[in-house]
Amino acid sequence: MHTSGNKILIRNGRILDPGNGVDRVGDLMISDGKIVKLGGTIATECEITIDATGKLVAPGLIDLHVHFREPGDEEEETIASGSAAALAGGFTSVVCMPNTKPAIDEATRVEYIHRMGRQARKSFIYTMGAMTKNREGKELAEMGLMTAAGAVGFTDDGEGVQDTAVMLRALKYASMFDTLIAQHCQDNSLVGKGVMNSGYNSTVLGLPGMDPLGEELMLWRDVQLVKKSRTRYHAQHISTVGAVKIISEAKAEGLPVTCEVTPHHLLLTDNSCADYDTNFKVNPPVRTSKDIQALKQAIKDGLVDALATDHAPHLKSEKELEFLTAPFGIASLECALPLYVKALVEPGVIGWPELIGLLTYKPARVIRIHKGTIAEGDRADVVVIDPNKEYVIDVTKFVSKSHNCPYDGWLAKGKVEKTIIAGELRYNSDEPRS
Amino acid sequence: MARLHDETFRWWRKHLLGLRDLSRQEIETILDTAEGFEEFSTRSVKKAPALRGKVVVNMFFEDSTRTRNSFTLAANRLSADVIEFTKTSSSVSKGETLIDTARNLEAMGIDIVVIRHNAGGAPKLLSRNINACIVNAGDGFNEHPTQALLDTYTIRQVKGSLEGLKVGIVGDITHSRVARSNIWAMTKLGAEVTLIGPPTLMPAKVNELPVKVSYSLDSVIENLDVINMLRIQFERLGGNPFPSIREYSHFFGLTVERMRKARPDMLVMHPGPINRGLEIESEVADGPNSVILRQVANGLAVRMAVLFLVNQAAMEEQKYRV
Repeated sequence: MHTSGNKILIRNGRILDPGNGVDRVGDLMISDGKIVKLGGTIATECEITIDATGKLVAPGLIDLHVHFREPGDEEEETIASGSAAALAGGFTSVVCMPNTKPAIDEATRVEYIHRMGRQARKSFIYTMGAMTKNREGKELAEMGLMTAAGAVGFTDDGEGVQDTAVMLRALKYASMFDTLIAQHCQDNSLVGKGVMNSGYNSTVLGLPGMDPLGEELMLWRDVQLVKKSRTRYHAQHISTVGAVKIISEAKAEGLPVTCEVTPHHLLLTDNSCADYDTNFKVNPPVRTSKDIQALKQAIKDGLVDALATDHAPHLKSEKELEFLTAPFGIASLECALPLYVKALVEPGVIGWPELIGLLTYKPARVIRIHKGTIAEGDRADVVVIDPNKEYVIDVTKFVSKSHNCPYDGWLAKGKVEKTIIAGELRYNSDEPRS
Repeated sequence: MARLHDETFRWWRKHLLGLRDLSRQEIETILDTAEGFEEFSTRSVKKAPALRGKVVVNMFFEDSTRTRNSFTLAANRLSADVIEFTKTSSSVSKGETLIDTARNLEAMGIDIVVIRHNAGGAPKLLSRNINACIVNAGDGFNEHPTQALLDTYTIRQVKGSLEGLKVGIVGDITHSRVARSNIWAMTKLGAEVTLIGPPTLMPAKVNELPVKVSYSLDSVIENLDVINMLRIQFERLGGNPFPSIREYSHFFGLTVERMRKARPDMLVMHPGPINRGLEIESEVADGPNSVILRQVANGLAVRMAVLFLVNQAAMEEQKYRV
């Protein structure tokens, strides 16, 4: 194990730090856990030297939306296994969702997540707290105490808060702490029983559908409430044409509204459910090519603040159930970067600097953490990426405990080679895993 | 069974999961094979040896009387051994999963699984995980292929062919696997299908299906050659898709009065069990245009044909596997 006292020199890489407008070839030196020098040729001898010729050197990636299942479903994932998967995917900071068993709805549970993260010594673990007690959408959870314990925002993710009065109360109350309210937008009265996108495919497959309106109605409602409360509001995993329009209008009005998009909503349509393969069962559901186009356009136009995986591991035995009964979710943390490349860089929607921006300083801004940049003096969370390396995604090689990943066998381009956290080389694709 | 010996076509499917993926020729092969089995019921010894030594499992996760009995009898007539497996639990998220159950049964050496399940796609799931032949006896609101086969068989028996016929399917299309299988079978055989019912019982993007849609039975009934009245399935209806039974019957019930607008030779069908006085009046159900009992009788021949064909395909496969 390399300690953070070591000096690391990364030579001759394309240094991409979009938060600081940096995109140039040069060396980068890390010492005592911090970036100490950047650019040009650095002559200093270091314990570790990494040749990054032809590679990208970027701030460690940040994922605002992961499910590490601890506490409660440790057979599916733990904070240790999930954060190891994050490292392999180039993510140095991740935000855990609070829909564990029990839910993260009080300060001691927030502290528990942080402690397990520290013990794992993999990627850095943040957590959101539940907005309401036990995520029931009825009574407010102790958002103030959880904020003091370090929760970076609040959501009942997996569920949207159905009751409008409760939602307004949550927004107003949260504004006192200037924290973030995040929402899984879904009107249960309209789509609660659905298992896939509502449309031609759900009709011919005989499966209950989820109308895009279910997402859009709640998002629209929340935006109206934010006009009153002025709370920072984050729409999680938006997936429809209509949702993009609502976000665009909210932003044009200057409301403090942000949003994230997942890889599956950029790559998959509901045609993929045709074989009743439960690896494509996810909530919000994969939609249509029109929705994909709208999301890509939104990313191109700068309307999207973060790319987030919604990494949702599940047991094989559970995903082997009937499509109707199997749980929602896709595990994709380890192959997320090449998926974003396939969806966004290869078709020319955005370039590498914009992609890295959506994975670093922009999500950091959403949850207001001082990360996602690599200026001199910054904490050295750094990732080295080979943008041209091609490989086949093989879920059996995943570090994650779960393999419910529909991208198995896909040809991927863009590989995370090294992940450095606080100056410590914690993931090296050349080395066999310990 | 003439077409079975047609050298240009050979039945190769060891599963019958639905009719959406079947070609017209495949559907006709099943119907032709069923014709060969039809006269069986009139014989004094009602047995054929085709499935002798084979084991058929009836796995029914939903209540059923006629379909299960029909499959049991069909398997018996072909000399198979039949295991009855019934489980009413609709969701097995904890405990033994569907796949576990099937693998356990397979370990006992079974050849054909006839499955009815509340989840669309359950037969497909089984077909990916075990080696036995899978026959779909109704899955969620996906498909009920043998029902549609016996429906088309009955129409063909009376009308000679489905080519150019106008067929109306009336009722809860959203939750009906019978409607879906009928749409695929009938349109492939050349019929023009109109779905009739209130918009609250029509599925998403219904206009993208190869059908016409009408919200008014009165305005289309006079053109129909066949009318298939779906049962209102109270157990599947969510919420309150129509205000009352009275109002539903008023607009969509097949009444004696409404029959006066229909062609005198319009066939009246119903997959059963009938809610008398709701979607269909007793006098119509039991009247001269009704072929409801004939449908049931034909179900036997059709299911014998299906079991016969999938078993034959499995044996062919085995031959080449050695």
